[in-house]
Amino acid sequence: MKSLGNIRRDFAPWNQPGAKPYIQFKNVTKRFGDFTAVNNLSLSIYEREFFALLGASGCGKSTLLRMLAGFEEPTEGQILLDGQDLRGIPPYKRPVNMMFQSYALFPHMTVEQNIAFGLKQDGMSKSDIEKRVGEMLKLVKLGQFAKRKPHQLSGGQRQRVALARAVAKRPKVLLLDEPLGALDKKLREETQFELMDLQQTLGLTFVIVTHDQEEAMTMADRIAILDKGEVMQVATPAEVYEAPGSRFVADFVGNINMIEGKVAARNGASATIAGTGGLTIHTANAADTTVGADVAFAIRPEKIRVSSKKPEGADNLMEGEVYDIAYLGDMTIFHVKLGNGQVIKASSLNATRATEDPLSWDDRAWISFRQDAGVLLTR
Amino acid sequence: MNATWSRFNITAIVLGFAFLYLPIVLLVVFSFNESKLVTVWGGFSTKWYYSLFQNQGLMDAAWVTIRVGLISATLATVLGTLAALALTRYTRFRGRVLFSGMVFAPLVMPEVITGLSLLLLFVAVGFDRGFFTLTLAHITFSMCFVAVVVQSRLVSFDRSLEEAAMDLGAPPVKTFFQITLPVILPAIISGWMLAFTLSIDDLVISSFTSGPGATTLPMKIYSQVRLGVTPEINAACTILIGIVAIGVIAASLVNKQREVQRLRDEQAAQRG
Repeated sequence: MKSLGNIRRDFAPWNQPGAKPYIQFKNVTKRFGDFTAVNNLSLSIYEREFFALLGASGCGKSTLLRMLAGFEEPTEGQILLDGQDLRGIPPYKRPVNMMFQSYALFPHMTVEQNIAFGLKQDGMSKSDIEKRVGEMLKLVKLGQFAKRKPHQLSGGQRQRVALARAVAKRPKVLLLDEPLGALDKKLREETQFELMDLQQTLGLTFVIVTHDQEEAMTMADRIAILDKGEVMQVATPAEVYEAPGSRFVADFVGNINMIEGKVAARNGASATIAGTGGLTIHTANAADTTVGADVAFAIRPEKIRVSSKKPEGADNLMEGEVYDIAYLGDMTIFHVKLGNGQVIKASSLNATRATEDPLSWDDRAWISFRQDAGVLLTR
Repeated sequence: MNATWSRFNITAIVLGFAFLYLPIVLLVVFSFNESKLVTVWGGFSTKWYYSLFQNQGLMDAAWVTIRVGLISATLATVLGTLAALALTRYTRFRGRVLFSGMVFAPLVMPEVITGLSLLLLFVAVGFDRGFFTLTLAHITFSMCFVAVVVQSRLVSFDRSLEEAAMDLGAPPVKTFFQITLPVILPAIISGWMLAFTLSIDDLVISSFTSGPGATTLPMKIYSQVRLGVTPEINAACTILIGIVAIGVIAASLVNKQREVQRLRDEQAAQRG
């Protein structure tokens, strides 16, 4: 099997058998009254990793972060940091710092005083504090705003002050709770790269909570996808996208076509799927299935080709008519209605300004895809 | 909205303000009256102000009032703030609704009842009525006003500020004094000012709970007025009005200026 690209090629401690996890959640459960926010969850995060907790609101991702910071104690289970059990250690004695979603800047203090607050708690000498604050201001490019109060700053500047304050103490782990949620789209994209640079420069472990999958995909080394307090999958962004472990993950991340069916025949890794509605699909990614098993065949829209003429030699070929077209500029998404009524989404990149094979509403169209383009999901 | 001044509007405003301020204006004017007769104008004079400061009884009463006000407002602020903290922070304890209701009940309790019940308590416990019981009573009734003012600020207080402080290494007590207290300080100060104002102009509860040697200014004025209004009393009231007016105007000007500054800063920050 070809590699599902890991962007930081030399960094994959989770694949090394002897590597020791830096943060470990061991069978952690957290209940608030009758509500179970986190359910028997286990998770390992490695040193210097940029780890994202991704999920819809109410999935327990913020609770995980707050348990790591010490604002909540797990009802059951254990959280280890560098081998040390964190139970009973109050937030002000934990070597982790958090950047809050609301930034939580102290309104009665200047930017400088905000950044210096944590250093003062450590009893650092005045000259050292001054030096560190100076470094931090330089790092986040806010030198000329040192004497301002938080309400005299723009949203992006506040975000950077919050970041500087959280990393000023050089924590072992930086926790980020929806750090870019309050920024507009352009600024958010810029800041994503700044955060990644910062993590590399400081060599810290970052744990970020987000509901924005693009954000998680862009920044994280690995992503944990959470649903109802349970981990659905932990993997690199490419694995999550190209090899989702379940129907939930496949559906949650990005766009996907899902066809339910049964395995009709299998030969090694190749199999024929009898889909609902009489579709027959040939796939080369069926190593872990048995004949007769209920499966879902899942395929991303960009892996399907649409054409007005019948293509030659395609592994899978289906005929239908163009039902809907969404033109997005960089690409166009076609909704093709098959003979059995099922609608398949196929996207094509607009690599040239004019296309040779224009398709319009209600045109006959052929969709085709390769044997290895889709995945089979059993869960 | 109607922006023009109709005859009806003007009449309504003039009548309204006259109703509110005419009695006070009369009082101020007659405090500068040369004549001893309260309702007859005998020319301009400041002699009643001079004789006011010679009136040992009134000056003693003023001194008692100020001391009771300062002590009771300060203690009421401490207790009221603690009550507000308890009621907003510990939201899960049993009977919280009952407790918050009980803290705010004195707000609507007729003063006569508060005064009488305090008197009964002091008699039952065997306290000698005087400065001490007077101060206790003032703390009791002004505390709940402080609690209301501080609580309304605490409800909108962003708890993540405290979490951030703790996260950065400050233990809970330090967090309270360095973060929570400075942020809610304006509410605490206005709570104190409210308690102080309530204390210096209270008559009913003071009459019930005070004893010999601890007569407040309102009590003194009231008892003197029963023997006939003197221009001296007018002068005393004018000074009181002056102090209160200066206080209120100063406070609102400071607030207003701060608000304008803040808006200007925020706009500047948004522009970049």
